[in-house]
Amino acid sequence: MKIVKFGVVVFPGSNCDHDAQFSVSANLGEPAEMLWHRDTKIPGGVDAVILPGGFSYGDYLRCGAIAKFSPIISAVKDFAARGGLVIGICNGFQILTESHLLPGALVRNSGLKFICKPVELSVATANTPFTNAYEKGQIVTFPIAHGEGQYTADQATLDELEREDRIVFRYVDNPNGSMNSIAGICNRERNVLGMMPHPERATDPLMGSTDGLGLFRSMVAAFALQKPPPPPRGRSGSDSPNNGPRVAPRLAAHK
Amino acid sequence: MSTITPEILTAHNVTADEYGKILSILGREPNLTELGIFSVMWSEHCSYKSSRVHLKKLPTRSKYVLLGPGENAGIIDIGDGIGIAFKIESHNHPSFIEPFQGAATGVGGILRDIFTMGARPIAVMDSLRFGPLDEPRSRRILEGVVSGIAHYGNCFGVPTVGGECVFDKSYSGNPLVNVFALGVIDKEKIFKGQAHGVGNPVIYVGAKTGRDGIHGATMASDEFTEESKQKRPNVQMGDPFLEKLLLEACLEAMGTGAVVGIQDMGAAGLTCSTCEMGSRAGTGIEIDLAKVPQRETGMSPYEIMLSESQERMLLVADKGREKEIFDVFEKWGLDAAEIGIVTGDGVLRVRNHGEIVAEIPNRELADEAPIYNRPFTKPARKAQMEAPAYTAGDAKEELKKLLASDNICSKRWIYEQYDYTVRTNTTLGPGSDAAIVRIKGTETAVAMALDGNGRYCSLDPREGAKLGVAEACRNLSAVGAEPVAATNNLNFGNPQRPEIMAQLVEAIEGMADACTHFETPITGGNVSLYNETLGEGIFPTPVMGIVGLMKNAAPVPMRFQSEGKSVLLIGGYRETSKAHFGGTQYADTIVGSTWGLPPALDMDYEKRVHRAIREIVRSGLVESSHDLSDGGLAVALAESSFGGVGARIALPASETPEIQLFHEAPSRILVSTANAAAVVEVAKKHNVDVVEIGVTIQGRVVVDKLIDATIEELHEPWSTSLEKRLHA
Repeated sequence: MKIVKFGVVVFPGSNCDHDAQFSVSANLGEPAEMLWHRDTKIPGGVDAVILPGGFSYGDYLRCGAIAKFSPIISAVKDFAARGGLVIGICNGFQILTESHLLPGALVRNSGLKFICKPVELSVATANTPFTNAYEKGQIVTFPIAHGEGQYTADQATLDELEREDRIVFRYVDNPNGSMNSIAGICNRERNVLGMMPHPERATDPLMGSTDGLGLFRSMVAAFALQKPPPPPRGRSGSDSPNNGPRVAPRLAAHK
Repeated sequence: MSTITPEILTAHNVTADEYGKILSILGREPNLTELGIFSVMWSEHCSYKSSRVHLKKLPTRSKYVLLGPGENAGIIDIGDGIGIAFKIESHNHPSFIEPFQGAATGVGGILRDIFTMGARPIAVMDSLRFGPLDEPRSRRILEGVVSGIAHYGNCFGVPTVGGECVFDKSYSGNPLVNVFALGVIDKEKIFKGQAHGVGNPVIYVGAKTGRDGIHGATMASDEFTEESKQKRPNVQMGDPFLEKLLLEACLEAMGTGAVVGIQDMGAAGLTCSTCEMGSRAGTGIEIDLAKVPQRETGMSPYEIMLSESQERMLLVADKGREKEIFDVFEKWGLDAAEIGIVTGDGVLRVRNHGEIVAEIPNRELADEAPIYNRPFTKPARKAQMEAPAYTAGDAKEELKKLLASDNICSKRWIYEQYDYTVRTNTTLGPGSDAAIVRIKGTETAVAMALDGNGRYCSLDPREGAKLGVAEACRNLSAVGAEPVAATNNLNFGNPQRPEIMAQLVEAIEGMADACTHFETPITGGNVSLYNETLGEGIFPTPVMGIVGLMKNAAPVPMRFQSEGKSVLLIGGYRETSKAHFGGTQYADTIVGSTWGLPPALDMDYEKRVHRAIREIVRSGLVESSHDLSDGGLAVALAESSFGGVGARIALPASETPEIQLFHEAPSRILVSTANAAAVVEVAKKHNVDVVEIGVTIQGRVVVDKLIDATIEELHEPWSTSLEKRLHA
């Protein structure tokens, strides 16, 4: 049975949209539909939204700075506010910080060059709907591919992220100068994740790593735990604005 | 009034003879716009006028070839209803003048060639040549070129999966930037650059036209002088974001069924796309320049026709279905404008606000460019035949020096700037013998390799070109793929010099020989001539891009995997003479000289080695496989050890151990295996020599009596050299 339906946002300039869709549908076995940047709402039945990597709107001005004004981002904000799961990968993470769904900013890599390579990450918390299938402290290998991935925030924000256990992934060997070796963070409600490394590129043994499947399986697990099981999605009603996304339950209250 | 003066002809690189031909085609004097149109279409870059008679010698057909040379890219059939479109193209001259934009637009141009066919690009590779890294200018050009390629490819979303980068002083004033791209296509939905259907609308899509790149094709057909830097406005500016939108919009528009023909506007822009599309279909095209989307005001017809603004396409639509196409381009936020119509009179008729500004027969313009059978003598060569006197030093120190040399050291600093994993198909990426991408939805994977050795070709262009083909095929075979088709980039000096022309002719003939022998027909390619600065030509540098097929499988690693395994040299030692040692990296780096001849190639033997290694790899008999090339056996041994498992090997006693260790005879592959007997059996079956030379061990590289080193001692110079040299 299909458990989670993913929606992948396509911005002009997204270039990991097909990869996200393929990894979810072919490698995870869950349905994924494409959402267009001009859409004004997330279609009913979509349980989780992926903001994929790429160069949205050419990333002119600043990475993600134009995407935050797109109609779909208003819809994503609403979706997130109602508890829907949102994951921003690479450019998607940049869009989430620009949109203030996540704190901080991503600036030019400390080495000033684009970096593409597999990197080791430590799962900094398993207490999110994105990482419940991992162990805390587990080392996973995901590729990175970015020029602006240096996570930066003021001290108060960093302290808050640490205190609230919201740093989700840390680099084992910090490749880009990110503060506190941050590779991914979540919001206070723990339903929005942003990360620079690409879990969708690590979901197939042919590509050298399947560590990324754990992230998507965590999302499935979060929904599978939900009781009662989700009713079959009828065509009617699910588009009603009052009918919000199914909310993945908290696995444990955060400290 | 006569406006065309001899000065104007010179400025357009049009000879008196060529002008005579223009007069007879038109039956009158051309105006300036018409002369401009002729000059770009008949430039070396667009017309191949110096190389065409010789290019005909290349094999172009096989059971795999769906579409050979003549279109924007060649296409091969890989089964499952799927074709692979691929081609290589140079952007040498622009990259010298403005490295970042020159290289970036080189990537953009070849990507458009691929998606013009209806194929989605899935891989890019590049073959680069620069002057030595101790020259500040070469460092600057390298940094610019690499960031340009990264900028364009990364944003567009195509992985740059491999390539090669070579340094030599012959490229100091003339770097080479050759970009290869490959895409997948539904073989029933191949689009061609043909303007069929009289009355069909001609639609311009993509970026607006500006004044950039005017006469780029003519510039690429001339030598460089001190004034060349003033040609900077001839270099185009690229916008990969726009290209990405253009890709998506074009593929979507093609999917509507309303597109009759399509061609990108590359070299010679609107001129080339209009006359070639008409010529191929035997039709005429009439356009009005006032309808062309323009970025600047006050552009003359001459400027609009010759602009090489990037990210533009010309397409012919099925009359009555224009709206379907306009809707797609509107969705992607791109300009699309109907600028003209397909006519039946075979004439390219250009109007500006209704007034005719150029009127030229299409076929004559596109296909009747002058063809020169330029005189050629003996290939230019500077090196002596005799080896200079030298004394070999300590083998370990020499190996370390070679590993740190520009041409052998790790190119990680370059390829980590390229996104090589986007699209999640790359099963073997940069830093390997060949790159492999799987084709989603099939059980097939496509392997590709770029190879060329200018130094070998400088000693013997015919043998050097053969060696390039052999090496690319060997690289593919070493990872288990069967080579099936090729594209070539011929980078040479001034063809009007008979000794340079001779290099070109011999290289093409050698390549034709080898491509026939290895069954890799040429499906398309590019010729870049006049690679000279101040009369100093580059090494003759034919670059091969060869594509191979294999079943999806985890690729065999290049590096030794575990200790206690047999190390075998498939192909054998291949004894060589001092004369054939003169083109090696050792000769260049350690002796500081180049002499004699390139390594000797036996094509029959080479092909048997390819068959043997493919069977060995596909049967899963080996833990690692790495072909021998620059730096010979010792360098291959070191590179195979960089994962932490090394080897202890022994070589037969020799009076010239440096030749034994570092000679570059082809047809050899280093493997490690737990099942030596089975590997030997397969090799024997193919009548190929195989020698068990040693065993894998932990942490060291040992060649009895010659070298004893820790892996770290060898890895450090190899892995850090490029970065150190760049930031020296």
